[in-house]
Amino acid sequence: MSLPRLGILGGAVAASLLLGLSAGAVPLPFSEVWAGLLHADAEAAAIVRDLRAPRVILAFLVGGSLGVCGAALQAMIRNPLAEPYLLGLSSGAGLGAVIAIATNAGGAWAVPVAAFIGALSAVALVYRLSLVSGRRLDPHVLLLSGVVVGAFAGALMSAIMVLSDAPGVRNAFLWLLGGFGAVSWRALAVFAAYASLPLALLLFHARSLDLMALGDEPAHHLGVEVDRLRRLVYLSTALLTAASVATCGIIGFVGLVVPHAVRTVFRPLHRSLLPLVFLVGGCFLVLADVVSRTAVRPLELPVGVITALIGVPLFAVLLRRTLA
Amino acid sequence: MILEARDITVRYYRNVPPALDHVSCQVTSAELVAVVGPNGSGKTTLVRALLGLVHLEHGSVLVDGRPVRAWPRRALAQTVGVVGQQEESVFRLTVAETVMLGRYARLGALAAPGPADRAAVGAALQRCDIVALAERSVDSLSGGEWKRVRIARALAQEPRALVLDEPTASLDVRHEMELLELVRQLADSGLAALVITHHLNLAARFADRIILLDRGQVVAEGKPGEVLEESTVSRVFEWPVAVTTWADGSPQVVPLRVGEKSR
Repeated sequence: MSLPRLGILGGAVAASLLLGLSAGAVPLPFSEVWAGLLHADAEAAAIVRDLRAPRVILAFLVGGSLGVCGAALQAMIRNPLAEPYLLGLSSGAGLGAVIAIATNAGGAWAVPVAAFIGALSAVALVYRLSLVSGRRLDPHVLLLSGVVVGAFAGALMSAIMVLSDAPGVRNAFLWLLGGFGAVSWRALAVFAAYASLPLALLLFHARSLDLMALGDEPAHHLGVEVDRLRRLVYLSTALLTAASVATCGIIGFVGLVVPHAVRTVFRPLHRSLLPLVFLVGGCFLVLADVVSRTAVRPLELPVGVITALIGVPLFAVLLRRTLA
Repeated sequence: MILEARDITVRYYRNVPPALDHVSCQVTSAELVAVVGPNGSGKTTLVRALLGLVHLEHGSVLVDGRPVRAWPRRALAQTVGVVGQQEESVFRLTVAETVMLGRYARLGALAAPGPADRAAVGAALQRCDIVALAERSVDSLSGGEWKRVRIARALAQEPRALVLDEPTASLDVRHEMELLELVRQLADSGLAALVITHHLNLAARFADRIILLDRGQVVAEGKPGEVLEESTVSRVFEWPVAVTTWADGSPQVVPLRVGEKSR
């Protein structure tokens, strides 16, 4: 990749983080943000350090992770429309999390585990549903199954939220729409703990993803242990999605928008694609969060609403293109 | 022997006739073997069996003397290169990037391609006469060019055997001839080549040996002149044919029209 492009990207990351720290219910000029970061006794230090920094960093990490999930799933099922939300992983994770909260099995560290089980169940179900004639996997049917399983999980979530009287469940409605309103350093630590291993695994297998995008048999012939890799990708994306959903709710379409944007600008080989998607995805979600905080101030829109408003039109365009 | 099937039987579904029924075949270095037969005779299943992709009900497949299923995929990819019937690319790689994917089995997970890899890719591009296409996007290629790119990718694996499943399907005369001349050259330079094809006459001209499959069984095997006999070919393909001899001595099959008699 060329140096100027890398420079632009680095600048974009820094700028979006800074913007994320400065925007909000109380807008801070960059100078105060800077002072707050450097000096613990500065006027804005409490807002910048305790409220905005974990929020912005989490948004960045979640955006990057969801983007990487989308890119990996797209290579895996050979369909540029794949991403965790549309494949039903997010809703499966949401259902797992809601069940954990409703049964008071919660706790910040246990909810991601329940979400992981939910996401894995969803992906297994989606996969089963889309095996045409026993063995062959149709990428379009897979996506359709994902949407159906997602809708089903969504219905179950709504039922649980209406019926349960567990204390955490009432807030679940807002949380499920996706948002970084209640983010703390602890939430950030939980996310980072669960997300680092699957992220590392996906980055490590980036080259294999190039081959998977050719199809199962060509990948076999070129030296990929296809079944093992498939399990690894589904497990990793399920865990990443679960960690995201458990800490900040269901945020759709990041995995669709970001890999698409990166592929049109840079080369599509995954060894460079995945790190770039992580950085761009991070910026994207930080900026989406800025919009969600500032568009209807003093109210906050759920960030999932913002990403959907951007993602759905792009989905429509991509759908027309893949079917053409 | 680089590729060897010993008495293999493959059955996709219970209660149906097997796709391959006690089939044996061998391919060794510097040899071009063609597998021919009617649609559904088991040609592609034979390829998949030789690469360990289907369950064997009976018999064994050996690659370089070792059971194919015992090979790690990476090691197998360093020994056998395969060009399948069809492949579509989802993302727009360039030709050079696509051919570099052939180096996967020889590269570490994170290492960047080194001089040896670039040299292998360069040689493969040259061999397949697609150097000029190197920076083109693969979705801008014609069918013939795309086939060549995939053969180049298989050559970049630096394999000892090359398996081609209907490499000339949908190619015009020039591209089909160019491709088979290339495969012949590769065999002459030491590669073991197994080619699945519908073209009896091209198989007769290019192959050292022909294996004729029918309903999952080997009906005839040997030099083109021994396999492509009027009675055998007519029976297997269920259509009357005449067999003549071309100037180089290879048999040429001419399907007869209705009512036409063989000379």
